[in-house]
Amino acid sequence: MNKKQRVVVIGNGMVGHKFLEVMAEGNTNNEFELITFCEESRVAYDRVHLSEFFSGKSAEDLSLVPEGFYETHNITAYIGDKAESIDRANKQVTSASGKVVSYDKLILAMGSFPFVPPVPGHERDNCLVYRTIDDLEAITAAAKNATVGAVVGGGLLGLEAAKALKDLGLKTHVVEFSPRLMAVQVDESGGALLKRKIEALGVSVHTGKNTQSITDGDQHKHVMSFADGEKLETDIILFSAGIRPRDELARECELELGERGGIKINNACQTSDEDIYAIGEVALWDNKIFGLVSPGYQMASVAAEQVLATQDAKEFTGADMSTKLKLMGVDVASIGDAHAKTPGAKAYSLIDESNDIYKKIVVSEDGKQLLGSVLIGNADEYGNLLQFMLNSMELPEHPEDLILPQREGSASVGLGVDALPQSAVICSCNNVTKGDLCAAIEGGAVEISELKACTKAATSCGGCAALTKQVLDNELEKQGIEVKKDICEHIPYSRQEIYHLVRVGKIKTFAEFLSTHGKGFGCDICKPTVASVLASCWNGYILEDELATLQDTNDYFMANMQKNGTYSVVPRVPGGEITPDKLIAIGSVAKEFDLYTKITGGQRIDLFGAQSHQLPEIWKKLIDAGFETGHAYGKSVRTVKSCVGSTWCRYGVDDSVGLSIEIENRYKGLRSPHKLKFAVSGCTRECAEAQSKDVGIIATENGWNLYVCGNGGMKPRHTDLLASDLDKETLIKYIDRFLMFYVRTSDRLQRTSVWMDNLEGGLEYLKQVVCEDSLGLAKELESEMQSVIGTYQCEWKTTIEDPEKMKRFSHFVNTDVSDNNVVYVKEREQIRPARKEERIEIAPA
Amino acid sequence: MTDVTSNTSWTAVCQTSDILPFSGVCALVNDTQIAIFRTKDDQLWAINNFDPFSDANVLSRGIVGDLEGKLVVASPIFKQHFDLETGQCLEDDSVQLQTFSVRNNDGQVELAL
Repeated sequence: MNKKQRVVVIGNGMVGHKFLEVMAEGNTNNEFELITFCEESRVAYDRVHLSEFFSGKSAEDLSLVPEGFYETHNITAYIGDKAESIDRANKQVTSASGKVVSYDKLILAMGSFPFVPPVPGHERDNCLVYRTIDDLEAITAAAKNATVGAVVGGGLLGLEAAKALKDLGLKTHVVEFSPRLMAVQVDESGGALLKRKIEALGVSVHTGKNTQSITDGDQHKHVMSFADGEKLETDIILFSAGIRPRDELARECELELGERGGIKINNACQTSDEDIYAIGEVALWDNKIFGLVSPGYQMASVAAEQVLATQDAKEFTGADMSTKLKLMGVDVASIGDAHAKTPGAKAYSLIDESNDIYKKIVVSEDGKQLLGSVLIGNADEYGNLLQFMLNSMELPEHPEDLILPQREGSASVGLGVDALPQSAVICSCNNVTKGDLCAAIEGGAVEISELKACTKAATSCGGCAALTKQVLDNELEKQGIEVKKDICEHIPYSRQEIYHLVRVGKIKTFAEFLSTHGKGFGCDICKPTVASVLASCWNGYILEDELATLQDTNDYFMANMQKNGTYSVVPRVPGGEITPDKLIAIGSVAKEFDLYTKITGGQRIDLFGAQSHQLPEIWKKLIDAGFETGHAYGKSVRTVKSCVGSTWCRYGVDDSVGLSIEIENRYKGLRSPHKLKFAVSGCTRECAEAQSKDVGIIATENGWNLYVCGNGGMKPRHTDLLASDLDKETLIKYIDRFLMFYVRTSDRLQRTSVWMDNLEGGLEYLKQVVCEDSLGLAKELESEMQSVIGTYQCEWKTTIEDPEKMKRFSHFVNTDVSDNNVVYVKEREQIRPARKEERIEIAPA
Repeated sequence: MTDVTSNTSWTAVCQTSDILPFSGVCALVNDTQIAIFRTKDDQLWAINNFDPFSDANVLSRGIVGDLEGKLVVASPIFKQHFDLETGQCLEDDSVQLQTFSVRNNDGQVELAL
């Protein structure tokens, strides 16, 4: 048997990790032994989303390495151990800790470092860079005693860094040497608009500034002096003036480098030593460094295929450097020849000052090919335009129509996704082509979340999400898989449309809905759906004659039906706080009716084994003891779980129990597309497990953090941070808006987690709607919620006060006897339903 | 359902008004649990209340509606549908429930066994 080939990877960044992923996938016969050196104390993490570290993501959230990945694939990772030298003659790598590891193939993926211009004073305290999580921790620490921060460099990363300073609460400045921001990607008009938009967000932008020295300031730690004589005082300086390849190891072992650095590679990503490959930002191909993740990923795949000796291994032949991103909430996109440098190129541009939008396209001399584009303020056309350029597709007769706003009624001139060739790359981060998407759709991925999960499209930078959705819709339509949203044969509408029709038409009954918008008599799908929508909108008593027959048995009997046809009863215990007297009251009811009792996951008590005719008596006693219905039976707000909070806990930061009781009482009774679970934790130890709930709240030193769309259960999902450090009033406002927006737009029986995974625009979009009121809906959503809160009633209290309604609970309409098919046996001192064989013994039929 | 001879004995179980339109109740007659449903224009239907998929007496508590032109009740436990006229389960050909004669006699619901 041949000896295993040993492959050593120096550098465990995004690209190094990608290489390991591709290798692990191809290493099916276990022919390769994989070893990686990682200088940082953490395994590979997502640097593209680094700024989210400041909006609440933890280092673990950013990690790219699934738990157990290295173990499963037998990868040895030397974490926190930097490779220090390469001995090419003996094919060995020596690390800082003194490890000597020999290799058959060596992969160099050391990445780059931020360039710090040699300005006198650049080495002073609190002069930092923005590249690694350690850097971010240093910035956070420095910000604690600072009020002003300045970023040197107004490129893409510089603006990201500025956002970080702003998020840390500093007065923020951006200092740029060239006359405009993002000089590489954006032209003059675009840069001017970008500057205006960013200044409107409270960040001062200084362009055309050449920093000459950094010395002691008067009011602040430093003063920056510029060539034009102006000065700027600041406490922190972040350098973000470009990147340089970390090629020192290659230099020492005399691999061929470019004149200005970078390890030279060929199309196979091989360096001048055929057993050594270089990938990512350390590699120089055709005298170019590619400072984006997507070309780095392409190189990683190419190098891995070369090492694996895959048949028809891909080659690296350059990469498109188009980008689309959101900088401090401003859309910025640049495609191809943004500066119209191609001879004969012509440009069309649109400046919309009322909406602060700038769009430009650069076309070939004959007007038939798209060469480049710049989009600021709104980059909706990015996907379409990029495809035109990448696939050299012929432009329409009037190319300017591609960026002109659509008037109502006019036909769209955009590129139909149908026109794209199968080879068109839709997601460049993960190299997913239209053909890949189509194959997955044919294989049954008919939801955007499924398509993302099985192709990885739109899962990295997310820039292609809209285009991916268009391909999905178009393919489904073509395959004759009707994109059918009808909830059933009676109602040809989706739940979202039903909600709209009910609201707008002020429809109050199912009969009214069916006569105007449906047919037949309805069924067990549409009746509960419409009942739920009617309840969300008008919050009427669910046992009114017109509404009662629409309800599932759980809602009809206001209890949860169990396997033997009996019901369980759950009184509300807001926040899980309960007095001894109330505990005793629940205990005596359970004892009197011989009910099985169990503590639930939502911090309340479930009483099992009640027959329908017992429910009114049980509830009469519970209500007398001060309880209300817990809505455990409804698709509605269930519980707000809490930890004990600052009242008792040594670590508590705020009163989580108090808040959870308040919130539970506020939202109790709200009926929704599916059940809703909340939790409030009093500190970041998170004992209430709020990050697995539909709505999770965690106390911070500065207020409350609001998390949304988590789930435990079958498909666990961690919540996303919607907003941080809120005061209580804002917190409640955001929850109101979030819940009503979910109620308005979700599909039937769709939990918030799945809803979020299918929400076009994802978390960013939700933040805009809820926190920035981008749709202008905030007031409406809040007043809808207010109306639900204002019409709350305890359904059980209403019911036991109405003798007519009470009659509906007897098992038989013609006698008071009970169902003799319900048989219990005792287990661990409580009742449980008898199993079939036990039942035959006890009560012969 | 209506081929009932004149000497059949009818048992009154409740008023028609005791059953909300498009819902059901359960009656006990000769130790048999019978689910009775009221649909459009006070039409009445009766099938065995026992749900063979869950072994529980629950069918009277199912949601009543129509599917592909047939009046049906959906089991509240596992959601199978049963044809109110024939007792046939729509999801499983091998399951058919017993049906019973039922009539609306001047506002009285009457069953014949």
